[in-house]
Amino acid sequence: MVDILMPALSPTMTEGKLAKWHKQVGDAIKAGDVLAEIETDKATMEFEAVDEGTLSEILVPEGSEHIAVNAPIARIAGEGEPAKPAAAKPVAPQPAANPAAPPPAPKAPPQAASAPLAPRLAAESEWTGPSTTLTVRDALRDAMAEEMRRDGDVFLIGEEVAEYQGAYKVSQGLLAEFGARRVIDTPISEHAFAGLGVGAAMAGLRPIVEFMTWNFAMQAVDQLVNSAAKTRYMSGGQMSCPIVFRGPNGAAARVAAQHSQDYASWYAHVPGLKVIAPYTAADHKGLLKAAIRDPNPVIFLENEILYGASFPVPSDPDYIVPIGRARIVRPGEHVTITAYSRMVEVAERAADALAGEGISAEVIDLRTLRPLDIETIVDSVKKTNRLVSVEEGWAFAGIGAEIAAQIMEHAFDWLDAPPARVAGKDVPMPYAANLEHLALPQPDDIVAAAKAVGYR
Amino acid sequence: MAVAAKRKPKSRPDEPVEAEVSAEKLLDLYRAMLLIRRFEEKAGQMYGMGLIGGFCHLYIGEEAVVTGAMAAVEPGDTVITAYRDHGHMLACGMDPKGVMAELTGRRTGYSHGKGGSMHMFSREKNFFGGHGIVGACVPLGTGLGFAHHYRDNKRVSLTFFGDGAMNQGQVYESFNMAALWKLPVVYIIENNRYGMGTSIARSSASPNLFGRAAPFGIPGHQIDGMNVLAVIAAVQEAVEYARSGKGPYVLEMLTYRYRGHSMSDPAKYRSKDEVSRMRQEHDPIDQVRKRLIDGGLADENRLKEIDNAVKAQITEAADFAQQSPEPDPSELWTDVYGEVSA
Ligand SMILES: Cc1ncc(C[n+]2csc(CCOP(=O)(O)OP(=O)(O)O)c2C)c(N)n1
Ligand SMILES: [Mg+2]
Repeated sequence: MVDILMPALSPTMTEGKLAKWHKQVGDAIKAGDVLAEIETDKATMEFEAVDEGTLSEILVPEGSEHIAVNAPIARIAGEGEPAKPAAAKPVAPQPAANPAAPPPAPKAPPQAASAPLAPRLAAESEWTGPSTTLTVRDALRDAMAEEMRRDGDVFLIGEEVAEYQGAYKVSQGLLAEFGARRVIDTPISEHAFAGLGVGAAMAGLRPIVEFMTWNFAMQAVDQLVNSAAKTRYMSGGQMSCPIVFRGPNGAAARVAAQHSQDYASWYAHVPGLKVIAPYTAADHKGLLKAAIRDPNPVIFLENEILYGASFPVPSDPDYIVPIGRARIVRPGEHVTITAYSRMVEVAERAADALAGEGISAEVIDLRTLRPLDIETIVDSVKKTNRLVSVEEGWAFAGIGAEIAAQIMEHAFDWLDAPPARVAGKDVPMPYAANLEHLALPQPDDIVAAAKAVGYR
Repeated sequence: MAVAAKRKPKSRPDEPVEAEVSAEKLLDLYRAMLLIRRFEEKAGQMYGMGLIGGFCHLYIGEEAVVTGAMAAVEPGDTVITAYRDHGHMLACGMDPKGVMAELTGRRTGYSHGKGGSMHMFSREKNFFGGHGIVGACVPLGTGLGFAHHYRDNKRVSLTFFGDGAMNQGQVYESFNMAALWKLPVVYIIENNRYGMGTSIARSSASPNLFGRAAPFGIPGHQIDGMNVLAVIAAVQEAVEYARSGKGPYVLEMLTYRYRGHSMSDPAKYRSKDEVSRMRQEHDPIDQVRKRLIDGGLADENRLKEIDNAVKAQITEAADFAQQSPEPDPSELWTDVYGEVSA
């Protein structure tokens, strides 16, 4: 004898109406037969048999309301069992037991806000070998070329990456060396070519997907966040998505609101992504190589204005910069200034100005935003007792907001002043030269913030 | 433009080309479809008991589509679909126990309880999910096809999605690239006439879905997706085309879901009559059963044996899914990032 229970149509349903019986007592029941119709205020559902036999008893007559989920509503006798027809008897409405009530919360210590940190990778050792002076543009190109030589599964795909040699000339020469199979011009279809890259990465290839600028990646955000970032977790670790999305981020010059935006905090918000925003050419090269070799989806934020800037770059093709380590650009005593991407240059100019006024600033190039190297920042703040964060993006829910929160959590007692944020002004980027200048963090803004946290 | 329609799109649900199969094969198809049907009924029941939570989209009525498709592919071909995915996993050979245990959110589930009904994967069986965003699996499946093409491994990507998904822009972006680069992708539209409560007539200016690929030069057919032999014949042709390097192919499978969109469905957007007519006149499993019996290929006893074996398998899966423990709390933090290999 099998009891048939009142089904729930949704996890929140606690009771419902038995609208109609499709089978009567004595009827033979096969799996899949529609037994009854159940109704709630929201939905009606036909309810099918899973067990076979003969309907021996109807416990709840049709038309009955307020039947609790999981209350027995009928009985099925299996083959050979006596079918015991019985008159339907009304069942008093029962207080509903919520079928999906969450188990009582364990009395655990307060939860950590994020996964226990993986052991921090060692910082790269100081380079003493031969170096070449390269622009950021060429450093990126060399990183891709070297990794493509090293691994046949690495390929570059995006708009204008092949024949045009890159909208910003980053992929110069790659088509000639690697051919059209591995350097692929796409139609203007960010959403699908990002998704195509993710699918190829799930199949084990190592795509580098170039967005002409990160502004256009908003067309593709769903594939980056829902498909790339979450698949490893949703698959219990079976799938991986080794892919790099790269391109220029943040304000270029005079291109106005739709083409000038810093997406760092958008992507840094998402577990499953790694987010990198380098400043020097050496870091662009070493971190892009690390990103290409990484088994996770990596968001690699470049900056158009930096493409032409030159820096010394180690000549060794195996020079790699570990993801997740910040770099102290210049040591200082009185205030810590964090920055990333082009803002490192602005912070350095501010530090120069501050030095002229007797304030020694420690400038930290974050380089990686997720996982954030909070230890380096904390160590610095424990020394300087003051923090100014700089970013091109908006302050609200920005990188600086996150750093300030984490410094409160980890170094509250060392702070001599509330952390200050220097950020892009809370407006869409204006076009006029003077307004654009006002909208972006300038060295003077950083100087003023550094003085404010130093009560000077 | 280099691509022009190579063949006229045609519709042939009324003049089905059917695959010829042996009696044994037909019995296999019967068993495979029945496994999905019974699995889904059990899942529906367990949902009703509060053992399965969240969204749960059942495939009841549509079994012939994935069963026929999987009968037409070769080992190594890849499969991807949206969230109505239990049938696809079973058809790919994934273990009903692991699938059911994922539905109940247990550690023995395919995703250790972290994916649920809509997100399961099997590397071993070349099943690439299980995706909850309508339309998103189409570029992903195109990317699987891209990988096959890149590796020149003669594999084909079977990419399933719904009639509702056909109105997502990324589908056409994908068609364009797949046709442009001749990627080996067979796009299978599971046209069950509705996206949630919105019928094709109310969502699609042109109801001819497969024909929407024609401007990209992608050949396509409309197929009776309730007839498993018609599905096999069509998918065989499409897969062969894609495998031979000619590019993508689109098949619109006319099918029907008997149950609601998900478990909570107001069922106010279609008539009961429509549903019962489909069940009574077009049921994919009944059709095969009838062929087996009428053709003298199997008797009632043989079918009863199969029914019982399938039932036992499902009971075992359901017991396993209820008895397995929930994931260890430490699982919360695992599988967010992969380790960098040295
Ligand atoms: C981008 C997106 N929009 C909306 C939804 C909500 N939603 C889930 S299923 C669905 C209907 C899809 O219908 P169809 O593609 O025909 O697939 P079917 O459910 O019929 O198998 C909708 C609107 C979603 N999951 N993703
Ligand atoms: Mg549909």
